[in-house]
Amino acid sequence: MMSVLKTFLRNRKAAIGLAIVLAYVVIALAAPLIAHYEPLARVGRPHQAPSADHWLGTTRMGRDVFSQLIYGTRNSLMVGVLAGFIVTAIGTTIGITAAYFGGRIDDVLNFFTNVVLVLPQLPLLLVLAAFLGQVSPLAIALIIGLTSWAWGARVTRAQALSLKTRDYIQASEMIGEPSWRMILVEMLPNLLSIIGFNFIGSVIFTIITQATLEFLGLGSPLTLSWGTMLYNAQNASAIIVGAWWEVIAPCGAIVLIGVGLSLMNFGVDEIANPRMRSLGQVAKALKLERRLSRQRMQEAQQ
Amino acid sequence: MMSDNVTELHGPLMQVQDLRIEYLTAAEPFRAVRDVSFDINRNEVLGLAGESGCGKSTIAYGLMRLHKPPALIRQGRIRFEGRDVLAFNEAELRDWRWSEVSMVFQSAMNSLNPVMTILGQFADMLNAHEKTPRDKVIARTAEMLDMVGIPSERMHAYPHQLSGGMRQRVALALALTLRPKLIIMDEPTTALDVVVQREILQEVLRLREQLGFSVLFITHDLALMAQISDRIGIMKGGEIVEIGSTTQIVGNPQHDYTRTLWDAMPVLHTEEERSHVR
Repeated sequence: MMSVLKTFLRNRKAAIGLAIVLAYVVIALAAPLIAHYEPLARVGRPHQAPSADHWLGTTRMGRDVFSQLIYGTRNSLMVGVLAGFIVTAIGTTIGITAAYFGGRIDDVLNFFTNVVLVLPQLPLLLVLAAFLGQVSPLAIALIIGLTSWAWGARVTRAQALSLKTRDYIQASEMIGEPSWRMILVEMLPNLLSIIGFNFIGSVIFTIITQATLEFLGLGSPLTLSWGTMLYNAQNASAIIVGAWWEVIAPCGAIVLIGVGLSLMNFGVDEIANPRMRSLGQVAKALKLERRLSRQRMQEAQQ
Repeated sequence: MMSDNVTELHGPLMQVQDLRIEYLTAAEPFRAVRDVSFDINRNEVLGLAGESGCGKSTIAYGLMRLHKPPALIRQGRIRFEGRDVLAFNEAELRDWRWSEVSMVFQSAMNSLNPVMTILGQFADMLNAHEKTPRDKVIARTAEMLDMVGIPSERMHAYPHQLSGGMRQRVALALALTLRPKLIIMDEPTTALDVVVQREILQEVLRLREQLGFSVLFITHDLALMAQISDRIGIMKGGEIVEIGSTTQIVGNPQHDYTRTLWDAMPVLHTEEERSHVR
């Protein structure tokens, strides 16, 4: 555990990403302590610009944007992580199973993956969400999770297929290791960077997609999330009346969590691939080499 | 031995002084090459032998400045015909590599691009150094393939259509095309059987007679090395423990490690016969 943390802290990008993501988690957990106002209560005059009282201004209903943003974090983060888990679990299971067992199992699973892959995603989500009515965040997480795993399954399968032909896998097979051990101990750790990316990518995708669905009015208007904030801002013509804070705040939150998660991915890569851990040394060597070269060139000119 | 008919021009071709190459790690840097000094004379085959991991290949790559970070040339001097190689800028370096010093890589068979014909690889190399019209490229490729004993019509073949030995010859031809003064061979025949190995090395020696170039020959096969080298350097733990003419290293080794290396070689003769063979 400590070594994992160390890897993250050593890599500057990963450390920044981790800090951003952790900040979001803390904000989500400690929302009641951070927010000064009830997010859904009328606490000020409509459309007030950011001030000391209302850090990010108020909505047309006179609600505090900052408090809404803080409480919305809970929702968006939860939906993102839940859908990310579903996507990763289904995608990894199907991908590895198809690749490892091959033959008919691969044919069936691959066909199934291809079918899901060609379904146009956003239209499908729109239809599903509209069909189910104004859906709760949990339903959104399930819908996104159950329809977005195909890409991850495809990539995992491809990588697992290439792993399967490596000498060490064939050697383990000849030793007579059981399938579960082959999959869980020999192959899975080597797929970690792809699985990690699959998870992180899915979380980002889900957060954006949830915001999209809610922005279009397909989510439940009673929930508090970045998407419904945008939906309300749109309905209140926030941009037209110049209440930019109502739009910028949720957009900024989405962008920043995306940046944080993407940066964190660098750390995941390093943990999953021991060879990447020397990247720091590679950069250091390059820098030193350049400096030494410059010195040598200067000496030569004199 | 060959050393008799090597003519000394003015000064050594390449001078290496106190070369130190390190691999940076999270902890202390690992010193793979420890202040090594040696010369490569014109028209000589210098053999570099030693166990796995003693720094032979690190030196080979370092000499062409092809070492990959985290490897780092910490200090020392590499002089090629008096010019300071470590002080070359990017452009000079690109120009110098291959036209004056070329390399036959450890897995020469894999150093060919599998999706390009042999002709394509020659064209790439020639055009990288000087724009060459296509008919000239074809003529040059045919000439070089002919020189290493491959029928010139094979230039349109892809690497996978050639045997291991032929690919090795192609790699050698590629290294010779720009008439370099020094060729670094990093275990060029490790993947080949002894017959092909011998053929190729004799080819190298014959071409050296014909064209005139120096070879830095790196291997752990001592018998092979003794056959083709004029001088031999023995490496251990990043240092050259002994360097001298082949006759001296084989017949009268000074360092314990060199003696151990020779003793480790299986022989077909009895003790008395063996000293006679030497």
